[in-house]
Amino acid sequence: MSMQGSTPAPRPDWLWHVGLVGFVAVWWLVYRQLIPASDWLTALVPVDRHSHAGEAIAFFFYDVPKVMLLLTLIVFGMGVVRSFFSPERTRALLAGKREGVGNVLAAGLGVLTPFCSCSAVPLFIGLVSAGVPLGVTFSFLIAAPMVNEVALALLFGLVGWQVAVTYFAFGLGVAIVAGWVIGRLRLEGWLQDWVRDIHAGATAPGAVEDAALSLVDRYRLGIDAVREIFGRVWMWIILGIGMGALIHGYVPETLMAAVMGAEAWWSVPAAVLMGIPMYTNAAGVIPIVEALLGKGAALGTVLAFMMAVIALSLPEMIILKQVLTLRLIAVFIGVVGSGILAVGYLFNFLF
Amino acid sequence: MEIKVLGSGCAKCKATADLITRVAGETGKAVQIEKIEDMRQIVGYGVMSTPAVLVGGKVVHKGSVPSREQVLSWLR
Repeated sequence: MSMQGSTPAPRPDWLWHVGLVGFVAVWWLVYRQLIPASDWLTALVPVDRHSHAGEAIAFFFYDVPKVMLLLTLIVFGMGVVRSFFSPERTRALLAGKREGVGNVLAAGLGVLTPFCSCSAVPLFIGLVSAGVPLGVTFSFLIAAPMVNEVALALLFGLVGWQVAVTYFAFGLGVAIVAGWVIGRLRLEGWLQDWVRDIHAGATAPGAVEDAALSLVDRYRLGIDAVREIFGRVWMWIILGIGMGALIHGYVPETLMAAVMGAEAWWSVPAAVLMGIPMYTNAAGVIPIVEALLGKGAALGTVLAFMMAVIALSLPEMIILKQVLTLRLIAVFIGVVGSGILAVGYLFNFLF
Repeated sequence: MEIKVLGSGCAKCKATADLITRVAGETGKAVQIEKIEDMRQIVGYGVMSTPAVLVGGKVVHKGSVPSREQVLSWLR
């Protein structure tokens, strides 16, 4: 704050572009050196590399910098992309869309629109009051936290691109179908009374005009996004990777395969039920997912667990309680939970 | 001058109100800052992302903690 004088020296645009290219090049070089660097770091710790503790420490030293690097690049990129979207624009795109097409569009916009769970309520009201159908609004609200750049970056880096793509596709699928089902159920009457009143007398509030942004402004927004996300998730990442490292080093494989393997049919519902009250975000849960997969847990079970943790969380329910009745929240959990169950079983069956 | 900060008590909303209070104090302008946390009122202003800032009844900013320069421009 104190760094900013009255007139910050204006840097020419080309310097920003060159800086960006230089940054990506350095990023790539550092990323390539991760394995030797983590081996070197682990070697400094006086434990046998192939002992339980050695395995856990190597996992930790390799994953922490890797995740941090991936997050920096992808969050920056998404920050730039998101600067082209805003809740107001999303509302304008969704208003008057029919169910079906609307659900698909809403889920896609859920990924791209800047969204913070503390704004979930005004966003919900803003959409519903502009005449966006309830089911379409839900598609947005389900996709926004579940399919996000943090989840995709971590899955891509830690588990592999195949799983990342799968998660992306099925996350969107669950959001589209669950929203569509909730729309079909015609539950508008189960909104809280005051929301229904706004809904009935719906007039979309006047648009606030967006200032035109230059490319450099968008870079700045990307940098802001990196700063903000890191401030929010770094602790979760360290905790998650710590947990993952412990699982990686100490949990016997036979136990994990018995509890979370594809043969145990009850493991998918158990994973979903366990995931709902757990509150962490993608950054915390994915290192655990990586370690579980490495120990022979079935992909479907692990995906179901992860989706339940991220998409259905108690704090979010408490926020939504302001606009939804308990009955509607129960339906929301039921429909989304069933979708996640279906994804889990489908994967265990296919792979 | 009357400034309203809309937001349901999230960390960024608090940071926004604090920033405006501080900057106003530095410039020595008489500013009345009101925090609006009631969701019905917030929604009534047509705001979809918090924190949002209203100056003289008009939404001038939404969705993030404003920069110091922005706050200064509102106080002018």
